[in-house]
Amino acid sequence: MPPTTHFPLFDDLREKFPDLAAALLSVSADQASIALSGPDIRPISTWLESEFGARLAAVFAEDRVAVEGVFYNHYVFECPPDPCYLLFQAPVPAGDPRFPSLAAEHPAVNWQEREIQDWFGLEASGHPNPRRVALHDNWPEVHPLLKDFPLDCVLAPFLGERHVYRPTLGEGVFQIPVGPVHAGIIEPGHFNFAVAGEPILYLQLRMFYTHKGAEKLFEAMPIDRCVFLAESISGDSAFSHGTAFCQAIERAAEIEVPFRAHVIRTVLLELERVYNHIADIGAIAMDVGFMVGNAHAGRLREMVMRLNEGLTGSRLLRGMVCVGGVRRPWSLAQRDLLRDTLLVVEREFNDLVAMIKASDSTRDRLDRTGILRPEIAKALGIVGVGGRASGIDLDVRRDHPYAAYSRYQFRVPVYNAGDVLHRMQVRIDEVAESLDLLRAATADLTVLITDQHGPCCARPRPIPPDCCALSAVEGWRGEILHWVRTAPGNRLERCKIKDPSVNNWPALVEAVQGNIIADFPVINKSFNLSYSGTDR
Amino acid sequence: MFKILQNTLRAGIVTVPYPDQPALISEQFRGRPEFDFERWQDARPAAEVCPTGAIQVQDRALAGQTGLSRQVTIDYGLCIYCGLCAEASPEAVRVTRDFELAAQDRDALFAIAEYGLTPDGTHAHLVSHSPWGAAGYHLTETIHKVLGRSLAIRQVDAGSCNGCELEIAALSTPVHDLERFGIHFVASPRHADMLLVTGPVTRNMELALRKTYAATPDPKVVVAVGACGISGGIFGKNYASLGGVDGVIPVDVYIPGCPPRPEALIHGILLAVGRLGG
Repeated sequence: MPPTTHFPLFDDLREKFPDLAAALLSVSADQASIALSGPDIRPISTWLESEFGARLAAVFAEDRVAVEGVFYNHYVFECPPDPCYLLFQAPVPAGDPRFPSLAAEHPAVNWQEREIQDWFGLEASGHPNPRRVALHDNWPEVHPLLKDFPLDCVLAPFLGERHVYRPTLGEGVFQIPVGPVHAGIIEPGHFNFAVAGEPILYLQLRMFYTHKGAEKLFEAMPIDRCVFLAESISGDSAFSHGTAFCQAIERAAEIEVPFRAHVIRTVLLELERVYNHIADIGAIAMDVGFMVGNAHAGRLREMVMRLNEGLTGSRLLRGMVCVGGVRRPWSLAQRDLLRDTLLVVEREFNDLVAMIKASDSTRDRLDRTGILRPEIAKALGIVGVGGRASGIDLDVRRDHPYAAYSRYQFRVPVYNAGDVLHRMQVRIDEVAESLDLLRAATADLTVLITDQHGPCCARPRPIPPDCCALSAVEGWRGEILHWVRTAPGNRLERCKIKDPSVNNWPALVEAVQGNIIADFPVINKSFNLSYSGTDR
Repeated sequence: MFKILQNTLRAGIVTVPYPDQPALISEQFRGRPEFDFERWQDARPAAEVCPTGAIQVQDRALAGQTGLSRQVTIDYGLCIYCGLCAEASPEAVRVTRDFELAAQDRDALFAIAEYGLTPDGTHAHLVSHSPWGAAGYHLTETIHKVLGRSLAIRQVDAGSCNGCELEIAALSTPVHDLERFGIHFVASPRHADMLLVTGPVTRNMELALRKTYAATPDPKVVVAVGACGISGGIFGKNYASLGGVDGVIPVDVYIPGCPPRPEALIHGILLAVGRLGG
């Protein structure tokens, strides 16, 4: 633990909640960690919101029973524009494993609290819908993230017990079940629609079909291997998740990342945003029948993926990030490849956008389709592209700068319309901003490559045990959080992954209501959430 | 309308000529790591760094002799092509740009070497080695006759991270254009000749995968895609993952990669229906 320094907010907390605010665990420029004396965080949460407009970003638990005799619930708040995340560690006694639920006031943590129930067997008291979410109903009564649950436990074949959906009743009202195997090439999940004719009355979601034990697996692997596991949390965000993980370790172990690595990471994070946004813009056009737009977007995305390969050896940017920096430096030829490809991509992208915007029938299908109203987006804690199209002005790159982002100027596009058209517009604006940012970073690369000074990775050294850190990355979907507690022998005691999709699925449920079912694919695509990132 | 036409004409033909001509791939691309078994002094450093355990080292006493022997097993179906082994053993491991790795037999994806050891555990001499080999594809005549021309594929994500899906989706772009082979993706297993399955198969997708397989009419072929689809990859087998696809349904062809690049998918799909090499 770094030496605990003075933190004014902690003094205020001590004054207001003398019984609850127990100790200041650590403080750094981007995060402060505070221990509470009991599980009830509600008064502090209410105070932080009313005083500072705080946002509850994540809730997760940790089994410390064998070591400290308690479970911990960890609450992550941010108070924009303060770049410091506030982490609260609330003990939940092993003898009385219950904690007060915040889900009624904060729908954003509805699923996250239910995950705690499923993974650890702690009870979220007063939860409005305490059913299982992560473990399907046919699973036996197990809690896989408990320390005494073995990773390789072979559970008996699952039988019976099917999920009960809210009934679809009324004359002329029909139920349309879709999935988990979908018609397109997408990930598995189940959508249960209730429709009255064409309009959707409501949608019920069931996820976690691709749950593959990732958080438990992190606890069983040496840290260097965990980097590859992090890259496989969500394949289209391999570099963002990989970077988020490495940053968490670097912060926990106070590893200084060389500047050159920061710039390379920034470039690759932006390339990940660009290739995914281009694919989504094309897919949105395709879902309303503008196939030629998608064909050009596919061509353009391929250009970026080839660039990815030229820079990292992998079209999906895998195998490049490592704890301490990046695995390989770049040559001048690679810098030229980046610079020249960006010129072509920029020109072609502008043509693509002009082509899509010139299509009145495309605009007609996207305009005012799948509206997520700003007040609902705020209540649900929506982040990322879906949030920014509905007035939620959050971007980790600006609010909690990491890698080399503080060096570069970029605008964060925010709209209030909240429809598919504006979710596409946010992507269009972000690609343009990313291309500008990449141009500036390329100039930095020129100096860094020609100077040949400095490594691209910090020297490897043992990671000290029992260090905790939070790391945040603005993936192309939105806010990715990784939290780690290290263990002896270059291992992890706990690794929590929060993909932005976890926040944003409820937004889809809201946005489809009242829309015709034929528009569901385009509304879904306009959020384009990660199933694997949600399910882990 | 004129603008659309102008854009399209200016772009020209972008479809790659693979497999008629070699694939255009970057110098940086990490394909199959190649092992020079003769020159390999010690397999342990590479096995130590391998993130998925695709390089396994097993030492045992030689029967009736003093000293130890070592069996080194390399599983290209578990490899995620990260290149760490080549960094750990530069004298013997080289990353090639070879991506045509699809094989009909799971066993063909293994390379095995046997070494006699010195007292400090390094290799004294190479006893024997069997290289990996995706050779000898034998196709039943029915499959070729029925599926050898137009082919309908149903893709099933049985638990993947979505990486393989991105590359499978890239097959539908004008650049790779799978339709030029008369191959297309269909929306239902009932319309499909081939299931293209990614993994690892999760406990929660097991039933859906079995039902999808049952709903696909015979004759059918199943292709397992990616390290996770072949072997469980970095996830392996655990309380929530059943590992590779062939643990749940029979598999005809395996396409290694993490994920396999689009050309590797084309290679594997054409191999599965006996359409490679004319």
